[in-house]
Amino acid sequence: MNIAHKSSFVLSSRHLLGIEGLSRDDIVGLLDLAEEFVELNRQIEKKTASLRGRTLINMFFEASTRTQASFELAGKRLGADVMNMSVSSSSIRKGETLSDTAVTLNAMHPDLIVMRHHASGAVELLAQKVDCSVINAGDGQHEHPTQALLDALTIRRRKGPIENLTIAICGDILHSRVARSNIILLQTLGARVRVVAPSTLLPAGIERFGVEVTRDMREGLAGADIVMMLRLQRERMNGSFVPSTQEYFAYFGLDQKKLAFAKPDAMVMHPGPMNRGVEIDSIVADGAQSLIREQVEMGVAVRMAVLEALSRNLPNA
Amino acid sequence: MLMDRRDRRPILLANARVMDPSRDLDFSGDVLIADGTIREAKRGIGAAGVPEGTEVVECRGLIVAPGLIDIRAFIGEPGAEGRESIASASQAAAAGGVTTIVCQPETEPAIDDPTIVDFIQRRARDTGIVRVYAMAALTKGLKGAEMTEIGLLKAAGAVAFTDGMRSVTNAQVLRRALIYARDFDALIVHHTEDPDLTGEGVMNEGEFASRLGLIGVPKIAETIMLERDMRLVALTDGRYHAASITCPESLEVLRRAKDAGLHVTGSASINHLALNEIDVGHYRTFFKMSPPLRNEDDRKALVAAVEEGLIDVVMSDHNPQDVEVKRLPFAEAAAGAIGIETMLPAGLRLVHNGELKLMTMLKALTTRPAELLGLPGGSLRPGAPADVVVIDPDVPWLLDPHELKSKCRNTPFDEARMQGRAVRTIVDGRTVYEYV
Repeated sequence: MNIAHKSSFVLSSRHLLGIEGLSRDDIVGLLDLAEEFVELNRQIEKKTASLRGRTLINMFFEASTRTQASFELAGKRLGADVMNMSVSSSSIRKGETLSDTAVTLNAMHPDLIVMRHHASGAVELLAQKVDCSVINAGDGQHEHPTQALLDALTIRRRKGPIENLTIAICGDILHSRVARSNIILLQTLGARVRVVAPSTLLPAGIERFGVEVTRDMREGLAGADIVMMLRLQRERMNGSFVPSTQEYFAYFGLDQKKLAFAKPDAMVMHPGPMNRGVEIDSIVADGAQSLIREQVEMGVAVRMAVLEALSRNLPNA
Repeated sequence: MLMDRRDRRPILLANARVMDPSRDLDFSGDVLIADGTIREAKRGIGAAGVPEGTEVVECRGLIVAPGLIDIRAFIGEPGAEGRESIASASQAAAAGGVTTIVCQPETEPAIDDPTIVDFIQRRARDTGIVRVYAMAALTKGLKGAEMTEIGLLKAAGAVAFTDGMRSVTNAQVLRRALIYARDFDALIVHHTEDPDLTGEGVMNEGEFASRLGLIGVPKIAETIMLERDMRLVALTDGRYHAASITCPESLEVLRRAKDAGLHVTGSASINHLALNEIDVGHYRTFFKMSPPLRNEDDRKALVAAVEEGLIDVVMSDHNPQDVEVKRLPFAEAAAGAIGIETMLPAGLRLVHNGELKLMTMLKALTTRPAELLGLPGGSLRPGAPADVVVIDPDVPWLLDPHELKSKCRNTPFDEARMQGRAVRTIVDGRTVYEYV
């Protein structure tokens, strides 16, 4: 069965470099398309042929297990040939520049490139140098659009329309591309977004992002429908941005006590991988209010939707 | 187009708008140049008759001003001639109406020894078409630890002492250098940036950097170092010049120091006067600079400070970088932009926009830098060296980076529409550039 026929949605751009620049219709279109793939992914026969003959290159300059696996699975389920390249085996280590890598990859005639890079803007730089569609799987501290889309899909399936929901994003906002993409996406869909973090982990000018800003979990979680926790990188825990993991957990770690500040039916999310006992308590992470496992499932569906939508813009589609 | 360097016939620049910021003169008239000096600048020289063989240049609608003096240019000679040589930089300068370049000591090896000052002077004499001076390193190897031979370097011709793009973070080192330099009446030029506060920052700290996911360089990194330096200047009574000021907070520090009578002056780069952080757009690395481009309010404050005279000098911060180090993700790309050839047209933009008076701009580009560094030029006074630029203030043109004389193409004015430029550049009485 070819699910793709159900929806004729086409993305208005050739690449997916970020949530910024997407219209409300783009976002809703992608989410609707992803819904169809959720159903497909729950069947025994999970494959379609819409990307048959297409080549997808997964290029990860930064270690990732779940995002890379998720894109790989998405590509394969759509029938594409998927090639994984990771930084340890690539020539970047030998001093080749990103532009040179782009030229090399381009010569292999891929149809889609999925890229993660540690530098903000690097995926856009690659997109300028290749002829195929490029998908941002996370660039530095800039954007991680498919994460925001899968979060939105997860929320929508559980809570209905995102409009007017109160969503608290908590933790290391400063270094988080997930936070940036989510802030833009959720606001585009009409949600009320709060960010909760110690002042050292808030980016300059955050108040100009249209979000409510607070340094207090009680205030930030009050009346929230969704509590979205962010990962705190190890190197930032020991005195550089926060004094210790213990202190961070005491004030910002999500445990049952703090979760009680939110609405009784509030749901908890985390983009993974989690630091249990740092930003989130295991009881909450594995509890009845957790959507974390579902986020992973939605990840594959959303990435299939993105690949499918972009492939419809490819030549000879 | 280059003219024959040997041609030193007298030149009469006739019927021009003559602007001499050294005397605040602005009149319609003629300028007569002979034997490498300004002979006369007044009304009706042509009518009264000129020496035989004089080249008469009709300058109706054009401005005649002292040639520009660029006190901050990073040139790759010695050590990185592939990026920029004295020859290529001087060609670029001539095409931009700049008659004097002051190169920075960040070369390989650094200009921290009198023999290297001597080398620069000989290379300038043999390969350059404009005047070239060198600032010497303030500390050996630009390492910020031990002061250089300030006396010998100055005697060799170094016009000031600086560690270029680096700040001397050790306050004791700077304090001693200021005291020691005072004995030689030497000027210290300092880049003010606290490296710890800058950290891994790559563009101006604020909303825009946050949206791009780039680490910010806070303004306080500049201001706090300048503030410290003012204390040291007050303590030592040394002569100090702030190399590149970018924000109102620093301007306030400079103002207080000047009001207190300290021997303090400051520069702003043409980039910070003509551009702002929004120009970075989506990770355009040609707009990556150090210090970074600030926001529009900061830019306006800086322009106002030039107009007011609080900022003494406008310089190009000319910094040629290969495409290989620019075509990288923003955080990894090299900072810096070429600017020696575009400084005048970019400045004219501010004049056309009504942000800056032409005379003020010319003063900051000619008279003030000459006074500050004790250089010839910067004046049309009879007897002054014949370093002159003829400016067409209105000619429209498109900046084609491939026509620039610099060896590198990292201009932030790529494909920009410009209005006005140098149409003739005269150094030491010889025409070294003519726009056709």
